[in-house]
Amino acid sequence: MRGNDAIGEAAIVAGCRCYFGYPITPQNELIEYMARRMPEEGRVFIQSESELAAINMVLGASAAGARVMTSSSSPGFSLKQEGISFMAGQELPAVIVNIMRGGPGLGNIAPAQSDYFQATKGGGHGDYYTVVLAPSSVQEMADLTIDAFRLADLYRNPVIILGDGMLGQMMEPVEFPEKGEKTDLHKEYALTGAKGRPGRLIKSLILDTKEMEDHNWKLARKYERIKKNEVRYKTFKLEDADMAVVAYGTSARIAKGAIKRVREEGLKVGLIQPITLWPFPSQFIRKCGRSIKDFFVFEMSTGQMLYDVKLALEGEGRVHFHGRPGGIITTPLELSRIIARHYYRVKKEKER
Amino acid sequence: MKKVYAWPKSLKRGVPFHYCPGCGHSIIHKLIAQVIDEMGIREKVICVPPAGCAVLAYNYLDIDMVEAPHGRAAAVATGIKRVLPQNLVFSYQGDGDLAAIGTAETIHAANRSENISIFFINNAVYGMTGGQMAPTTLLGQKTSTSLGGREAKRDGYPIDMCKLLATLKGAVYLERTAVNSPANILKTKKAIIRSFQIQRDDQGFSLIDILSPCPTNWRMNSVESCRWIDEVMIKVYPLGVIKDETK
Amino acid sequence: MKGYIEIDPELCKECVLCIEVCPKGLIKKSSRLNLKGFYHVMFEDKEKQCAGCSLCAIICPEAAIEVYRG
Repeated sequence: MRGNDAIGEAAIVAGCRCYFGYPITPQNELIEYMARRMPEEGRVFIQSESELAAINMVLGASAAGARVMTSSSSPGFSLKQEGISFMAGQELPAVIVNIMRGGPGLGNIAPAQSDYFQATKGGGHGDYYTVVLAPSSVQEMADLTIDAFRLADLYRNPVIILGDGMLGQMMEPVEFPEKGEKTDLHKEYALTGAKGRPGRLIKSLILDTKEMEDHNWKLARKYERIKKNEVRYKTFKLEDADMAVVAYGTSARIAKGAIKRVREEGLKVGLIQPITLWPFPSQFIRKCGRSIKDFFVFEMSTGQMLYDVKLALEGEGRVHFHGRPGGIITTPLELSRIIARHYYRVKKEKER
Repeated sequence: MKKVYAWPKSLKRGVPFHYCPGCGHSIIHKLIAQVIDEMGIREKVICVPPAGCAVLAYNYLDIDMVEAPHGRAAAVATGIKRVLPQNLVFSYQGDGDLAAIGTAETIHAANRSENISIFFINNAVYGMTGGQMAPTTLLGQKTSTSLGGREAKRDGYPIDMCKLLATLKGAVYLERTAVNSPANILKTKKAIIRSFQIQRDDQGFSLIDILSPCPTNWRMNSVESCRWIDEVMIKVYPLGVIKDETK
Repeated sequence: MKGYIEIDPELCKECVLCIEVCPKGLIKKSSRLNLKGFYHVMFEDKEKQCAGCSLCAIICPEAAIEVYRG
């Protein structure tokens, strides 16, 4: 199944009640898939007039208590930031998919990883974060989508699935669990009409400064809980490594191929693949920094996750960066040569 | 003797309106509360208030409400109504919210004939932010961003939202009323009831454009403001049913 | 038909729209300041002229007027 389609089917399995979206390459397949499948399942589908309208429809549907999703690509993701900020402030759950492409501005339609900052550092205004999940295969696109709905409801927060154009288009075998989740879950904050109770209010406007501060700290405490409980990462050949590549998404797949090659030549290189880009596996990387002294960050951008790796290490290691923005995909063979060259250079410096 | 006019039950007690003396918002909030009481729909309505003077509408009406980003109320209302088609979903919006930043969302909600009610509080100015020019400001009207009066060449023309939406097949009922006299207030109340009935009967999108006084930003007292609506505003925005395609 | 009205003086904001619409001129501005700092209006109907038409209550933005008729 195609990556974009897998996200759609996974959302349906997870009980997604509404999908609102706007076409933008490279995720058009997802909105078309939902246009076909949502009515088949008796669920709601609207092609809205813009990504801006879509995220606001998500806000409304979420306020009414439904599981709801929208998707876009980089320029459209920028349009959604206001809505995401509002939903974070109002503590409403939602799943937002960003299939990244080249940027900034209109960019191009090739895969990229240049929206990392925007996704992980609260891309809209205000003090907030969203959980960010980074799949690297079609199966992960499906599994993480189902997880995203669970996490969004659990923490009453928007969750972002950060894919890229290559993942969206590639076709791989994928398995879905049984359609278990009901679409209507009872939520104690949801607006359903004030039957037998006082009116409920979902808002983010808090004019009183003390109350506003309290609200911000309440959100901060929630984010600390998420940081403690939801960090996820994968490793590959890390046990005896003296250099660790750090990469996510498509870059992680390429890195795995490169590492397999350099391992055949005896270079002890491993991979750290964050699955949650927020919360970032900082503690794990810091721990690795005690035994591994060289980190090689590989991204399809000019360097964004690079800074989270540096922050995580707190000076405990050397960080090298290799990146290609704009849709130029480094092949595993090319990357293996670049990694090997860096490995030998570092070895020579150590021997001096 | 019987009490024939009382405090509406759906209006919260002990929370005096923060609106200026003579403001149309207070009158319209009172009307909406009365309609909710009379139609018995308090447990069905869900409201999307605006960004504007009425951003605090949730302090006064004891019903379910969700705040929307400025201008997006029509899209938020769409999301709610699609999940809860049995409820009565309405938005309460001002000039900027509906006709400036929210124009696209308003037009497309009407075009899809979303089964919602939109109450457009039209006072030809941006109230909360201090009286700047709005898309509905009349030519020659002085505001803080059209100091000598609105000029067509520099500022464009006032937009008649009802006429604009009337071109869309999905907009099923469009009426303009005012709240500057008891007779007009009673007509406004009827229009609000009609809009909810249309929604209850699944007939599609309805919008009531309510001309409302803003004494503070018009730099007049309340009596003069009500007169200005009659003498000046109604000439540009005539009252009446602009479109009725209901069955 | 006879009627009378009750005005909540603390809600009044002195917009005087009620005075403007009363067909019999039975509402006047008082000389008393309410807690908000407005000279609130008051009902004065010595000759029992009020018919309970409710025009004042309809226009009052503060819902400060309740009307009795019988």
